[in-house]
Amino acid sequence: MTDKKQDFIDEKLQELNNDGIDRRGFLKCMAWAGTGLVWTMSGGIPVSRAFGKSMERHGHKGDFSFVQISDSHMGFNKPANPDVVATLQAAVDKINGLAQPPEFLLHTGDISHLSKQEQFDNVDQILKGASAKDVFFVPGEHDVLDDNGQSYLQRYGKSAQGSGWYSFDKKGVHFIGLVNVMNLKAGGLGSLGGEQLEWIEKDVKHLKHSTPIVVFAHIPLWSVYPDWGWGTQDSAQALAYLKKFGSVTVLNGHIHQIMQKVEGNVTFHTAMSTAFPQPQPGKADSPGPMKVPAEQLRKVLGITDVDYVRGQHSLAVVDSNLG
Amino acid sequence: MKKNMWVAGVAMPVMIGLLLLVGSPKLRATDQPSAANAEVRIDNFSFGPETLTVPVGTTVTWTNRDDIPHTVVSTDGVFKSKVRDTDEKFSYTFAKAGTYPYYCSVHPKMTGKVVVQ
Repeated sequence: MTDKKQDFIDEKLQELNNDGIDRRGFLKCMAWAGTGLVWTMSGGIPVSRAFGKSMERHGHKGDFSFVQISDSHMGFNKPANPDVVATLQAAVDKINGLAQPPEFLLHTGDISHLSKQEQFDNVDQILKGASAKDVFFVPGEHDVLDDNGQSYLQRYGKSAQGSGWYSFDKKGVHFIGLVNVMNLKAGGLGSLGGEQLEWIEKDVKHLKHSTPIVVFAHIPLWSVYPDWGWGTQDSAQALAYLKKFGSVTVLNGHIHQIMQKVEGNVTFHTAMSTAFPQPQPGKADSPGPMKVPAEQLRKVLGITDVDYVRGQHSLAVVDSNLG
Repeated sequence: MKKNMWVAGVAMPVMIGLLLLVGSPKLRATDQPSAANAEVRIDNFSFGPETLTVPVGTTVTWTNRDDIPHTVVSTDGVFKSKVRDTDEKFSYTFAKAGTYPYYCSVHPKMTGKVVVQ
């Protein structure tokens, strides 16, 4: 690339982010802030805008939005959050207060805390109050305890394969729900497994390269922090099958904080939990529940609103906290 | 002299021997080291001690002191706990010598080992 071209790009980046913080610093900062954040891709350059400035809605027929929630941990009752019912309800209230009602919800797992029937029941009941009636789930490791995921599958996996993976289409966007919390090996990370990988290859084989893809799974599909198990050991193979697509958005949970990474045509994004926050990578002894002052709890819990505008290169991902 | 030698050489040892025989059950009861039981504490996403060495026949009890549930699963399929929430326990008696690596199936980075000798 010529110097002139590089200067032009730098200038544009500077204009877009003229609050004095460079992109790396901004990412580092916003990854923990948990406040409203809009990320869009414009010609391959990630552009960030503070939440609150209205997104221009082009009003095309093909446009729609959906909301991702994650890690509700129904049944958790320790000091980090003694009332996960209230905070999940707050998340539903937030969803219902969105200017553009979402078409459906994605729940990226750890629905329950101990895979108990009453915990799943509780979440289902609370989500019934959301404006969006369709909810698509993938399990977290807390949802498949003791019974190899049988309770989870019976409830949420009726049209799924294997340990609960599946795909569906909405207005030309192809959604793929993956399971990377089963058969975890000692010392290992999240795992998709050979059968699921083969299924992914077949599932996307005949899709046009211009089809926007959204992949959702519990544990991050990129290496966030391996020491704490925050990664998936065989995700590279899955991503290889998606290489041909112009727009891939990967939505994950598990780490209870916002993290974002852009790599070529793939945007990776993790959501906040609706139950409790966890520390930043390496900033604590272990990745367990993190206690914050009571009045700050809702600031570090949240939902993720995702907009698809037909004709735009990529999906716009908007995080907002619960208060 | 003969008498003294007899006392020192025979009677005393015999008496001491008898005393020991009589006394030993008591000795066994109070002096027994608790090698029959050992503890592992689960906290902060780790097993403590990470490597536990015990004699054959020991019952090891894992207690979860973390604020998150964990499991105790042998990597060789020898034992497997149900999920243990805070303050819940899991015990296993090691009847055979050997090395028993295990991990938490919920958080697989958590590993430990019991060495039975």
